[in-house]
Amino acid sequence: MTATALPTAPAELDADIDAGPAASSTFVNIGERTNVTGSARFKKLVMSGDYAAAVEVARQQVENGAQVIDINMDEGLLDAEAAMTTFLKLISAEPDIARVPFMIDSSKWSVIEAGLKCVSGKPIVNSISLKEGEAEFLRLARKVRNYGAAVVVMAFDETGQADTKARKVEICSRAYDLLVREGFPPEDIIFDPNVFAVATGIDEHRNYAVDFIEACKEIRVRCPHAHISGGLSNLSFSFRGNEPVRRAMHSIFLFHAIPAGLDMAIVNAGQLDVYDAIDPELREACEDVILNRAPKAGGDATERLVTLAEKYLGSDPIKEKAEAEWRGWSVEKRLEHALVKGIDAYVVEDTEEMRQRADRPIHVIEGPLMDGMNVVGDLFGSGKMFLPQVVKSARVMKKAVAHLIPFIEEEKEKSGATAGKGKVVMATVKGDVHDIGKNIVGVVLQCNGFEVIDLGVMVPWQNILQAANENNADMIGLSGLITPSLDEMVTVAAEMQREGMTLPLLIGGATTSKVHTALKIDTAYEGPVLHVLDASRAVGVASSLVSETQRDPLVAKTADEYNNVRETRAGRGHSELATIADARANAFPYDPTGKAPAPQRPGVQHFGEWPIRDLRASIDWTPFFRAWELAGNYPAILEDPIVGESATSLFNDAQAMLDRIIAEHWLVAKGTVGMWRCRREGDDILVLASNEETRLPMLRQQVKKREGRPNMCLADFIDPDGEDWIGGFAVGIHGLDAHLARFKAENDDYSDILLKALADRLAESFAETLHGHVRNSIWGYAEEHLTNADLIRETYQGIRPAPGYPACPDHSLKPALFEMLGGDPAGVTLTESFAMWPTSAVSGFYFGHRDSQYFGVARIGRDQLEDYAARREVSVEEAERWLRPNLD
Amino acid sequence: MSARQRLIEAARERILLTDGAFGTEIQNRKLTEADYRGDLDLSRDQKGNNDILALTRPDVVEAITRDYLAAGSDIVSTNTFSANTISQADYGAEHLVADINRASAAIARKAADEAQAADGRARFVAGAIGPTNKTLSLSPNVNDPGYREIDFDGLKDVYLQQTEALLEGGADFILIETIFDTLNAKAGIVAAMEAGERLGRDVPLMISMTITDLSGRNLSGHTVEAFWYAVRHARPITIGLNCSFGAQQLRPHVQTLAQNADTLIMAYPNAGLPNELGAYDELPEQTAAFVRAWAEQGLVNILGGCCGSTPAHIAAIARAVEGVAPRTLPTVRTVTRLAGLEPMTIAA
Repeated sequence: MTATALPTAPAELDADIDAGPAASSTFVNIGERTNVTGSARFKKLVMSGDYAAAVEVARQQVENGAQVIDINMDEGLLDAEAAMTTFLKLISAEPDIARVPFMIDSSKWSVIEAGLKCVSGKPIVNSISLKEGEAEFLRLARKVRNYGAAVVVMAFDETGQADTKARKVEICSRAYDLLVREGFPPEDIIFDPNVFAVATGIDEHRNYAVDFIEACKEIRVRCPHAHISGGLSNLSFSFRGNEPVRRAMHSIFLFHAIPAGLDMAIVNAGQLDVYDAIDPELREACEDVILNRAPKAGGDATERLVTLAEKYLGSDPIKEKAEAEWRGWSVEKRLEHALVKGIDAYVVEDTEEMRQRADRPIHVIEGPLMDGMNVVGDLFGSGKMFLPQVVKSARVMKKAVAHLIPFIEEEKEKSGATAGKGKVVMATVKGDVHDIGKNIVGVVLQCNGFEVIDLGVMVPWQNILQAANENNADMIGLSGLITPSLDEMVTVAAEMQREGMTLPLLIGGATTSKVHTALKIDTAYEGPVLHVLDASRAVGVASSLVSETQRDPLVAKTADEYNNVRETRAGRGHSELATIADARANAFPYDPTGKAPAPQRPGVQHFGEWPIRDLRASIDWTPFFRAWELAGNYPAILEDPIVGESATSLFNDAQAMLDRIIAEHWLVAKGTVGMWRCRREGDDILVLASNEETRLPMLRQQVKKREGRPNMCLADFIDPDGEDWIGGFAVGIHGLDAHLARFKAENDDYSDILLKALADRLAESFAETLHGHVRNSIWGYAEEHLTNADLIRETYQGIRPAPGYPACPDHSLKPALFEMLGGDPAGVTLTESFAMWPTSAVSGFYFGHRDSQYFGVARIGRDQLEDYAARREVSVEEAERWLRPNLD
Repeated sequence: MSARQRLIEAARERILLTDGAFGTEIQNRKLTEADYRGDLDLSRDQKGNNDILALTRPDVVEAITRDYLAAGSDIVSTNTFSANTISQADYGAEHLVADINRASAAIARKAADEAQAADGRARFVAGAIGPTNKTLSLSPNVNDPGYREIDFDGLKDVYLQQTEALLEGGADFILIETIFDTLNAKAGIVAAMEAGERLGRDVPLMISMTITDLSGRNLSGHTVEAFWYAVRHARPITIGLNCSFGAQQLRPHVQTLAQNADTLIMAYPNAGLPNELGAYDELPEQTAAFVRAWAEQGLVNILGGCCGSTPAHIAAIARAVEGVAPRTLPTVRTVTRLAGLEPMTIAA
């Protein structure tokens, strides 16, 4: 069995949380069981001094998937300070609990402070508020900061707790402004805009949940980087003692509040219902109450839920009955039920029953277990199941698989079947998030009998080496798309050398090349290093490397080849460079008559959701086929004698998926455009955005040109003698995650890659469409009537060069661009290597001058490098790192 | 310009050097109990109480400091690793803690200022604060995991007393070093912040963690990243690692920190691992070669030595890294950083 055959959804999601940029769609669940006000059992344990059992409650929370645990000792009969410190000291001594951050929860500051004095790491304080006025609020905030904690701020001010949307937004905004002005990091602020009880029978309470959800949306916009959390138990207060109804209400509330911006909640991680699994009648009744809707059946929403709730009272007997019921189902159904519900009590016996019935033990995994996990993947993918439940499902799956493995091994021994051809550890290196190519290679290798251990994206070298060692891998494959990844690959190679590893290292990805591999990577590692041009060659290379007869010849041949590359490079005279002064003297001449007028709509504008339907029409399909390694231009490729058939079939699948993307609203295209005044200073463009001038140093071609050919620089397209205008943009395609998770759960690599490739095309199409909109309307210097073919041929005035591409090769200008666009434009964020997340994103500058054109900066000299570093105000070494591809 | 700014300026130009061990140097001078005791009226044996020499043999402390300055140190630290009431209690010298710190800081200040006046190169004094031999995070009693020998406020007051005396004596920075317990360090941070508030000045912190096993955690169980998240709020002027092992074993952890921390990195490893007799035999050139590799990889801004290192080690390091560009600070994304024993980030 291959490692990739196991459903990896939970591990993937954990990785998302660590990876940061991916976590925009993630949700942090905070364990609530270690709270005396919320858990009668915990309260009893603490009151009776049974701390050993209380510690176990904390452990279960973490095991059940709580990512933070909330600890509250606010009970009148308890010395809360003493209880807080005792408990915190005890759980700090338990590494499997203390690995997660704690949330110190009390309405009394003295209890919080006592807690802060026991907790190392960086905890969260829950909570402070404006209840006692601004001075006291800030005094406590400063203390929180001195102790090194993040903080929950309750929407509570001098006049009371915020109940309406307007009050929630008002108080949170005010608190935010006060804190940020005080220097409190905005990312360390978590708002609790108060979840209040609904269905109380009081009219004023009817809209409370709606108020909360609506407030979330506005607070997220008004308070950048801050988070929103809520305690769910209040919501269902009217149904105390009726657990099924409470659980249903909580699940439904989360279903609606998370998309609005709620990104943390204090919940009982083990007790959330799957949205789809809630009795439809109850679900609708709860939804009516939460969304303050009039029931379809007429009458009053609250009354209807109250009446219905009686059915669920004394739920234990019902639950027992339900339990007895599912145990009577067929074994396949029982396994599915256990997986979806995360019940591991009977899974081993059910798996065993299934095994005895199956032809081969592996069929149990491939059949009913995978089917069950697919259901889990679907529910999770569509937001109807939450992370902790998926963790539980995966655990059930693991137990089942663990039971089967000895039988599978035994069968292998009997049949003398050999293991796979070899093991390949694959990863997209740290700082990079692109993985289409890597996934294609992974699939191809697996189809050819290799076991692929795919570590995902943004993988640090430590994890790569560790995985290779632990799995006794036969080779490592590294992938990356952006230029900084080249450096990271050298690091991985150097670390492999340091560890004395000898296994082959395969290098692939769009920016990698044989030359770079030979010059930089091969020289860092004594073991075999092989640049693999594309997926089709990966199988040949990998198979040779595990073959006793072919390995050595291939390694020797490659080493020779790389030696040649190095010798040729060393011997080869570079094309001659002009000095930077001479290059500047030969600049592209500026023609004032071609200058674009001032824009119609200056400043920054956001496009929250551009219709995907529009973007579909202007997709440039040729690169799409290239991503699948099908060579040829669209539409001719569909008729191509060799690849025509597979291209057509791929094209049809793509069209079908686009239909679904649009009909089922899978993806959201966001865009941000800015138009700013600017002026030119030498090769720098100084841009005036939000009253602040940002310097954008540009690079100039330095290779000596024939008579009459200029040494170009983007600054040449800006008026040297006065005010001019420049634009910037970012577009991003959001919403892939849920679908990719579903494909992953389904082990559907094909759809996974298809969706990513389409999203890339949509992003490019959006960039092109938006540029048109800018030329014709926002900047408004053009009046065009272009066809898609014209657009692809770029037969229009103006360019949109992107940082990291030939005309502007420095990726590190992206943070400046993003900053000018207001931070995280189009919802796009940057990794440490300036890769954009989500990956289907495009950003760049707009130049409107009639003569502006694309060019490649190509190789530059040391003089320009040093000059550039000074202009960028960075060390030469750092500039060297950014511009490495342009240096030699 | 403030000391914080001056250090940042200097560190932009080149890799700076801090000093090496005091203990090794003092040991080599074979002092007697009478040297340690001087004319102080103390009831317990003072042999080995290195910190008290600031009062009884200031000439020894000053000579060592000058040796380090001559070897190339840009920063000299005070000989006050154990000059706190918890550690001095072992010698019955708790009442002298403030005097020791003031005197020690004054010695370093004078030597540093004179060296700066002589060649015009900026010199700095780091007031060194050790971890004490008590821990806030762990119970010394295996049967009672909730028990602690000290409490946060008590330790904070111990640190506050030492911090104020060091600042009075002329220290530019407070160096919280050899941190095996992250919570102890957090008490030190609160103390420095309180001292800063009382004195109405910026108290720049240098924070240095000690890893206690090769997996890269300190004694309280924090990974290097979790540790950084736990102290980042202090806006330390340097973050780094010291002691634990030699440079060779420390490298991956320095690298992790170098990639994550948006402040200067200061690392000062031991001169290798001690031999069977507890002595360090790594030669200056060996240590220098290891840390030069870090420098070439752009991992560090400030280098120095810990246990077993001597002025000769510092001089060798100075030669080895001359002309090697200092690490440039990474650009870090705005994310919410939390930490238990392990780091956690949330997109923000």
